[in-house]
Amino acid sequence: MSAEPDGPEDRLRRFATIWSRAVFPVTSTSATRPEFEQQLLPLARRLSEALKARTYDADEAKAVGAALVSVHCTDPEALSRTLDCVDAYLVLYCGEDGVQEDLRARAARLQHAMAAGFAQALRERTLAEQEAIAQAALQAQGVVAQALHATEARFRAVFEGAAIGIGMADLEGNVLQVNGALLRMFGVSEQTMRDRNVMEWTHAEDAPQTWKLYEELVRGDREHYHTEKAFHRPDGTVLWTNLTVSLLRDADGNPQYQLALMEDTTERRLLNLRLRYEATHDALTGLPNRTFFFERLEKALGAGKGQRFGLCYLDLDGFKTINDSLGHAAGDRLLVEVADRLQSCATAPGEMVARLGGDEFVALTTGPDTEREVDELAARIMNAMVAPISVDGRELTVRGSIGIVEGPAGERSPAEVLRSADITMYRAKSAGGNRFELADPEADARAITRHGLTTALPTALDRGEFFIEYQPLVHLGDGSVRGAEALVRWLHPQHGVLGPDRFIPLAEHTGLIVPLGRWVLEQSVRQAREWRERHDAAVPMRINVNLSPCQLTHPGLVQDTVDILERMGVEPDALCLEVTESALIGADDDLLKPLRRLAEMGVDIALDDFGTGYSNLANLRRLPVSILKLDRSFTQSMQQFPADPVDLKIVEGIVSLAHSLNLAVTVEGVETGAQAEQLRILGCDTAQGWYYARPGPPERLHELALVDATG
Amino acid sequence: MERPAWAPRSIDISVPSVSRIYDYYLGGSHNFEVDREAARKAMEFMPGLPKIMQANRAFMRRAVSFAVDEGITQFLDIGSGIPTFGSVHEVAQAACGDAHVVYVDHDPVAVAHSEAVLAGNEGAGVVAADFRKPQEILASPEVQRLIDLNRPVALLLVAILHFVEDADDPYTAVAELRDALAPGSLLLLTHASYEGIPLPAERAEGAVDVYKDIRNPLIMRSREEIARFFEGYDMVEPGLVAMPHWRPDTAPEDEDPYAFSGFAGVGRTA
Repeated sequence: MSAEPDGPEDRLRRFATIWSRAVFPVTSTSATRPEFEQQLLPLARRLSEALKARTYDADEAKAVGAALVSVHCTDPEALSRTLDCVDAYLVLYCGEDGVQEDLRARAARLQHAMAAGFAQALRERTLAEQEAIAQAALQAQGVVAQALHATEARFRAVFEGAAIGIGMADLEGNVLQVNGALLRMFGVSEQTMRDRNVMEWTHAEDAPQTWKLYEELVRGDREHYHTEKAFHRPDGTVLWTNLTVSLLRDADGNPQYQLALMEDTTERRLLNLRLRYEATHDALTGLPNRTFFFERLEKALGAGKGQRFGLCYLDLDGFKTINDSLGHAAGDRLLVEVADRLQSCATAPGEMVARLGGDEFVALTTGPDTEREVDELAARIMNAMVAPISVDGRELTVRGSIGIVEGPAGERSPAEVLRSADITMYRAKSAGGNRFELADPEADARAITRHGLTTALPTALDRGEFFIEYQPLVHLGDGSVRGAEALVRWLHPQHGVLGPDRFIPLAEHTGLIVPLGRWVLEQSVRQAREWRERHDAAVPMRINVNLSPCQLTHPGLVQDTVDILERMGVEPDALCLEVTESALIGADDDLLKPLRRLAEMGVDIALDDFGTGYSNLANLRRLPVSILKLDRSFTQSMQQFPADPVDLKIVEGIVSLAHSLNLAVTVEGVETGAQAEQLRILGCDTAQGWYYARPGPPERLHELALVDATG
Repeated sequence: MERPAWAPRSIDISVPSVSRIYDYYLGGSHNFEVDREAARKAMEFMPGLPKIMQANRAFMRRAVSFAVDEGITQFLDIGSGIPTFGSVHEVAQAACGDAHVVYVDHDPVAVAHSEAVLAGNEGAGVVAADFRKPQEILASPEVQRLIDLNRPVALLLVAILHFVEDADDPYTAVAELRDALAPGSLLLLTHASYEGIPLPAERAEGAVDVYKDIRNPLIMRSREEIARFFEGYDMVEPGLVAMPHWRPDTAPEDEDPYAFSGFAGVGRTA
């Protein structure tokens, strides 16, 4: 369109420019001002035409007002500036040569209509946009709600299907929601559960801090806590749970709900209690066992200043005999009765009785006053044993030996205390039993070696720490070597060479004597074979091996001996087994049977240490014995000259008695030539002692025999 | 139905939303009273805030036109908000009929509104996703359907990065997006800054605090910090400048002083 300067078109454009400059700063359009002016130009044209139209058309002006809104003049200021512009410039630039007054009136009416049109358009746009954003919000909420619904359904399934009990309550403790698992645990209906308050769920076994934790949680000072808690079930039983309570907060972080998760641990707890009981109690007597006792002892020894402990270590005297003679069932019943009596002796707080094993019991007392109490406790125990115990219709008298250890807490370890008590108990036993002794450090120190040896014995055999020395047996008539006694030694890694008196009793006690004895027998028989092979004497060399009482009763004795002889290819007459007189006192036929069998095979049996026990001489005929070994006490007085005439008479008598029973007589402890001569005169057959040779390695005997043979 | 990873637990329209506040600044009514209240509070400190938004829109319009002139027909607008007038798809599709536009926002209301606006528009789509998870954006069905990553794309990060705190590592996200784009792609970016605001910083801080209060903190970055977003891009002339100075159609001197707040720039991948 042409725009001749100051022509109508040019003036219209100038009006649009003025209008756009006035309004642009308050629009929100992203268009540039010139672009915006181009958007206003058609509107200016419509206004210009409406101004000059013959009839007034309000709709045209309204449309212009509305169009302003659609070019993003939504700020009311845009309308205000537009109307200012129209008022001031429309007639001036677009009125041409119309009647000024009419034009001004028309312009005013146009402004009114424009304002109405703007307002209506703005209202519609506002409503539409509000509608749109509300719809969008609703739509978005719908999407989220749908997702939430699915999530919630899933969570509900988890909640209901969970194996652990889940419950929610408000902060006042009112139960809001619980799941099936929780109801099943409590054995109540949902309604019952909902009617209750969390605060009512107290139980006598509640840990002291349980409700303090609860208070802290509902106050908002604690996010969660975990505890083991018991609940009452309506049927009177107890429900034990692993309980975790968490605080749930609202979006602003204020405490809102409490959430409880609980796991039924009733069964597990019972099982644990039972396992714990079984692990800490003796099945036979129901007393606490060694484990439990050690826990308590450890606690007592770890107690604070001023606290003391007193320990009685009891071992029954002769229990083994009861067990062996009446059988284990009777022995067990006896132990149960002893346990009951002991239990009644230690009923005060801080006292306990336990069975360590076998016939060994301990009683413990703790507190500040144990110095006095432990003596009383031991006395009560001794007293409790006085009345005979009736087992299988027999009245058994039970005695015990007690070792007492008493002292302040915090100085010794449980093992040290127990060892001291054990040693002290043995001291009581060695002193004859049926008594109690108080621990004494010096006695302990002596006994500790014994204790150490006992514990070292089993491995000593495996490690080959034992060896055998041989002491020759010499014929008094011609001075020839007829054999040797095998004497076992222990080369202890710390204590050096130990004699049999040091460890044979221990081996007897621990039962190691059986394998040790078998080993000695085997070694000795092997040695006998060697001698026989080398030393072709007219009278064959014989080996004497000691049998301990324990070996004597061992059922494998005969078989073991036969096996060894056969394996070594040695005749039975090359072996002489020495049995102490005391072991055979009162021996019945059962005990003698294996000896008889051995004797029948040709093995000689010697009665060792003869004369020390109160042997029934008449009994000698009954025993399968072929040799008497006179105890050294008879020959000691013959070391001097002249010898004690009484001793001479006694030995003479014994020898004569022995010979009349067809028994040979061997004397031990021969240390001088005079002694040997005297014994020869008295009629003794063989002798051993330092006069001939000390015990030594097998080679020495060989040399001795050679000397004898050549001499 | 699986809850999309982006979906919040609930829509709370009692909490102001930055996209609805933005709409209010632009004279729109796609907003609620809470949004307007927050906007009015911010405007108490910075009355010219609407002018900054307007300058953003104007820059975006010019930059999109520039991209079309460069031959780019694919647009990925992250943080698109509520598309009122002069949106990317309007500008792009007006200039090039078959331009493809994907809007991305994490505000579910903005997404729902965009869906309504774009209903029936074959060349445009909207993704509900978070800028901080670029891989989710790139893997979305809309991006897969509308954008060919083997050809150059115009990536719009207009007025969004100043809502991402350093703790959320915006630089890494921007780099991940860059690495996914074909050579010749453009990054169109604007970012708020204390630089250029025609007010003392203390006053501007008042407005910043309003955003902090509505839990959408506004992270004002220096020009240097903003320039780092263009790592791996060659800056298009005139570089990183105040919005009115970026390839203006009209004399920058005529612009409102507030329009010079913050920075705008376009970069091109090699």
